[in-house]
Amino acid sequence: MEIRSKEFKSRAVFAIHDASLQQAMGKARDGFVGKRAQQAAELPEFEALREEAKNLKNHILENLDHYLERYEDAVKRAGGHVHWARDAQEARAIILDICKRVNAKTITKGKSMVSEEIDLNEALIEHGMEVVETDLGEYIIQLANEPPSHIIAPAVHKTKNQVSDLFEAAHGGPRKTEVADLVNEARQVLREKYFRADVGITGGNFLIAETGSSMIVTNEGNGDLTQTLAKVHIVTSGIERVVPTLDDATLFLRLLARSATGQETETYTTISTGPRRATDLDGPEEYHVVLVDNGRSKMLAGHFRDMLRCIRCGACMNHCPVYGSVGGHAYGWVYPGPMGSVLTPLIKGLDNAYDLPNACTLNGRCASVCPVKIPLPDLLRELRHLQHQQELSPVMQRRALKAWRFVATRPKLYHAGEWIAVRVLKLLGRKGSIRRLPFAQAWTDVRDLPTPEGQTFLQRWQAQRGK
Amino acid sequence: MMQTTQNSRDAIFGAIRSALKRSGPLPDARRAELDANVPQHTRPAQDENLLERFIRTFESRAGTVQHIASRAEIPAAVEAYRANMNLPHRAAVGAALKDLIWPADWQVHHNRAGTEELLSVSLCIAAIAETGSLMLGASADSPTTHNFVPDDHVVVLEAASIVGYFEEAWAILRQRSEGMPRATNIISGPSRTADVEQTIQLGAHGPRRVHVLIVAA
Ligand code: SF4
Repeated sequence: MEIRSKEFKSRAVFAIHDASLQQAMGKARDGFVGKRAQQAAELPEFEALREEAKNLKNHILENLDHYLERYEDAVKRAGGHVHWARDAQEARAIILDICKRVNAKTITKGKSMVSEEIDLNEALIEHGMEVVETDLGEYIIQLANEPPSHIIAPAVHKTKNQVSDLFEAAHGGPRKTEVADLVNEARQVLREKYFRADVGITGGNFLIAETGSSMIVTNEGNGDLTQTLAKVHIVTSGIERVVPTLDDATLFLRLLARSATGQETETYTTISTGPRRATDLDGPEEYHVVLVDNGRSKMLAGHFRDMLRCIRCGACMNHCPVYGSVGGHAYGWVYPGPMGSVLTPLIKGLDNAYDLPNACTLNGRCASVCPVKIPLPDLLRELRHLQHQQELSPVMQRRALKAWRFVATRPKLYHAGEWIAVRVLKLLGRKGSIRRLPFAQAWTDVRDLPTPEGQTFLQRWQAQRGK
Repeated sequence: MMQTTQNSRDAIFGAIRSALKRSGPLPDARRAELDANVPQHTRPAQDENLLERFIRTFESRAGTVQHIASRAEIPAAVEAYRANMNLPHRAAVGAALKDLIWPADWQVHHNRAGTEELLSVSLCIAAIAETGSLMLGASADSPTTHNFVPDDHVVVLEAASIVGYFEEAWAILRQRSEGMPRATNIISGPSRTADVEQTIQLGAHGPRRVHVLIVAA
């Protein structure tokens, strides 16, 4: 997907006026936030688990090369293949190569954010292959020809009505209007695809070094049908997803479902280890893992290592007031919300996503719910800092900051300025509030500024202290 | 292609090590230490009996359970379920349950399940009380398609094989002489989706119903 994060502002304005989107987002917000809070409250160990998960991830990252080597050896022992991709282009080439070699015509896909990150579908389709997304949400947005707007619920921005329209157009009707009938229709259409698929591609929530397995967590079972029925199973995953043992994966499992969908567990947790065995009656003949770096080793080096702890649960976006108002598409690339505002500039370039770190109120809710305690607001602030250093921020803003700095480091000048400002604002005020403020219309258009009392803060502070 | 992957592999390991401020792999002693590490993570406290907890959590996720006194009662229980659900006289039965005497008018097979299959019967390796989950392993005795293709999945669970935590289930897998199954499926009720307006709908792609026969210990 071409990055369109530069259009954040215009897309956000558009989103705020999109009635269907606002209706869909409202519903989602209430559901996700409430259910997660209930799960967290019902598990006394929840906070302890978050702290352990953070520490374990840090330990893994500190020894990442070791665990990746152990994982690679174990995959090979189980009869699988490991491929390494430095960037999106290499990852696409590896997967295309496998698909071409087995003469793939139909490719089914379970949900995989890495495959979105590397623009996989477009590349496969370009080579004449049929690509079918099988997660219901992914299937809906594939029909709509849209990218996902949420990492867990990709079609969260769609209303039932819109899904009815899409299905009617794609499946030829009659039009279904009940959720049960819509789900059933997709079930029938996709069943036929699973059985026809040559290659099945899934993501990997966790890669287990101990056993050389990939683990996926789903509710629908689509990932399982995808990988069981195709001749070849390809797992796409980021290099940071490795964990030492099954017991370590369990620590994250206990947090993932609760944080993501507000359930104690998702319906299916599947551990895949190599291709089918000689005596097995089903399962893929080949098993491949494509490990993608794409900027991750760079993150490991600097201030942004914390971001590599992310287990892609989506809680940060569910709790983000900005995401809740503008939806995922405004962010202009595959990862939306707070985690996307950190990842997008890091993967796609600071200049390509200037607005994302700045479209944050630093309210801190994302960090307070993140199961691996990523300090998202700090990372966003750090990105702003880098943008400023690289002079990517608007000229006017940099000048204003410079001027402010000049004044703020000279207390006498600062107090004098403040004294004048308070008086001018008082003159502007009518009935206790200021309706319109020059240079700050965007702010006063939607709210009034209370008129100052006529004294500066410092004057009042000193008066108080004098008492 | 192979060449590129090898170069890429070296480049990625190089980048990781330089990010970690190391010039090569960790010293062997440290690696051995990491390999020997046995994780001891916090487990959520449980204060119920294993069987009770399994039933409560499994039912909370729309699964159903039924108690039977012995293995020999499995066919009759499945037949009652089949009749109740109005399914045809046919089932894909895991070869692990081959020795049982299935109703004479049934078409029973032990092969993989295709789209025509509406009912399957599997024997699970264990159940996990923590989350109300069944653990099944792919083998000639228990093909993975049985777990996902039919509308109705009946799973036989020996009461003695219920464990409290995931960690105990992993220990069972580690003890197998044949190693990890190709696919290990942890199943917590029927397939579900909430992708249309957050409305929970059962039977998304996998089974619409999962029914457990608990064989008394
Ligand atoms: S940053 Fe934290 S809350 Fe957000 S998706 Fe990643 S793990 Fe979940």
